[in-house]
Amino acid sequence: MAEQTLARTPEQTPAPAATPAGEPIPTVVVDGVDIVYKVNGTGSGRGSATAALNRIMRRKEAEKSSGVRRVHAVKNVSFVAYKGEAVGLIGTNGSGKSTLLKAVAGLLPVENGRILTDGQPSLLGVNAALMSDLTGERNVYLGGLAMGMSRAEIKERYEDIVDFSGINDKGDFITLPMRTYSSGMSARLRFSIAAAKNHDVLLIDEALATGDARFQKRSEERIRELRKEAGTVFLVSHSNASIRDTCERVLWLERGELRMDGPTDEVLRQYEKFTRR
Amino acid sequence: MRSPGRRPGDRPPSFRHITTPLHRTKAADVSQVLHTPPRQAPTADDLDLAALAARHGLTVSGARPSLPEYVRQLWARRHFITAFATAKLTAQYSQAKLGQVWQVMTPLLNAAVYFFIFGVLIGTRDGVDDFVPFLVTGVFMWTFTQNSIMAGTRAVSGNIGLVRALHFPRAALPISFCLQQLQQLLFSMIALIGILLCFGVPVATSWVLAVPVLLLQSGFNVGVTMVMARLGANTPDIAQLMPFILRTWMYTSGVMWSIDATLRNSNMPEWAITAMRCQPGAVYIDLMRFALIDSFHADHLPPHVWAVAAGWAVVVGIGGFIYFWKAEETYGRG
Repeated sequence: MAEQTLARTPEQTPAPAATPAGEPIPTVVVDGVDIVYKVNGTGSGRGSATAALNRIMRRKEAEKSSGVRRVHAVKNVSFVAYKGEAVGLIGTNGSGKSTLLKAVAGLLPVENGRILTDGQPSLLGVNAALMSDLTGERNVYLGGLAMGMSRAEIKERYEDIVDFSGINDKGDFITLPMRTYSSGMSARLRFSIAAAKNHDVLLIDEALATGDARFQKRSEERIRELRKEAGTVFLVSHSNASIRDTCERVLWLERGELRMDGPTDEVLRQYEKFTRR
Repeated sequence: MRSPGRRPGDRPPSFRHITTPLHRTKAADVSQVLHTPPRQAPTADDLDLAALAARHGLTVSGARPSLPEYVRQLWARRHFITAFATAKLTAQYSQAKLGQVWQVMTPLLNAAVYFFIFGVLIGTRDGVDDFVPFLVTGVFMWTFTQNSIMAGTRAVSGNIGLVRALHFPRAALPISFCLQQLQQLLFSMIALIGILLCFGVPVATSWVLAVPVLLLQSGFNVGVTMVMARLGANTPDIAQLMPFILRTWMYTSGVMWSIDATLRNSNMPEWAITAMRCQPGAVYIDLMRFALIDSFHADHLPPHVWAVAAGWAVVVGIGGFIYFWKAEETYGRG
């Protein structure tokens, strides 16, 4: 295998970081992964109380009839991502992109197969930690702490975060509760908080689709920066343009199956042909 | 054309899917697509991937850390725990006109309701000296335990978004909710001191004992909250059941009446009365009364009361923590 590794031809820039031997360093190995959701309460309205009892009494065999549905969201997906890569994930709605991303982050269990990672991949997003009744300022601290930054780190980056979000461009909004922000403003603040931390493996779920054109441009720049510092970036997006701008490799998921894995241009061409049908 | 990370001689495992034609299924088929395909036997690719991962020291994503490592991670997140608790507490009344005044008003109003029902209408005040301080201390202490437990049952299930988005030791959530309730209790204690002074309870050095009592009660509450958080995460139905269990527990804990004064002359066996007074619901309340109210003497307390109080705190506190940690990797899943 080492011989093959040496024969690797450098093709596109930026080239993934490699060991002295020339072997690229893998950061995420996804090995034959299946992900299955169990959903409670999908039974029809009539008789669902008895169905629930049935489910408790008989467990397994009654699962289907009593309204527990198994949703096979990701089917036997394998790939390896390397240090320095930016990998786009595309596919129509409900094709399993976000699910796969969550599993890579270790936030969802896999039914079969294994996901091995270098360090702890993090999802870019702190929405859930923020509270709309608190001021933007307190949310910067709360979000930073939730991501595992120290108070000193947050203090140091506080100005950058606020400046980047552009919240204060139109007056002193950072000291107002977040519930008074427009949806675009809060999306910008959320992205700014989330992007303040450096990650080994960064997983981004449609974060670029928020804010106005100017902010989108800025966030794409920030993602490129993060990518330089981070080992590997995964980006889920429905915007082919932002995938093209940030990623050089694309995974295409369709109905939970990995349909294509290759250079951005090639995969996007096929994907565009597919979605036009 | 290949992606940059790939080696030429190595057939990328994922390319095998491209050869599979995508069926255009009819609408009726859509849910049937969700069936599990037969698991393939491990191919050369699988072995290859495992070897590759092993060579570079990759680890399983989202595995449960060891207990010491877990404690270390939790300690590293201590600022998040306190910030989250304070934020929750502040957000609670941020829309109200009176704002944070409600922190003190809410417990006072609670005490007023219980005084009206149990003190005036039913008359459990007979045989209890300083009934109002007795009642209010009981209500405040009980509220701490009750609200911690209720918050605990929803600590994981009610914050599923947070759990599914960020990595942190999940024990931070129940601990944070407990801390929020403790902060709430400290506000109530300000009101309590006012009530004590109004009803002529003298300031005494024994008030200092309130600190160890609160610490021990917090230890116990954190433990119960963690147990409830794990149960509530697996079975959200628990949250529906808890109000009934808690109400039963409250009435047997002597929150609004004195177990000692009421049952002393009943025909209940002695051991049953001692058991009622030693259960954690009652023990911390009575200790706090002993600390704060001068007419509540040591003979109102069960034997070895400090040992009992410390025992509950240590056993339940540590036991609950370990119980919660055992299921760490399962929270927010499925």
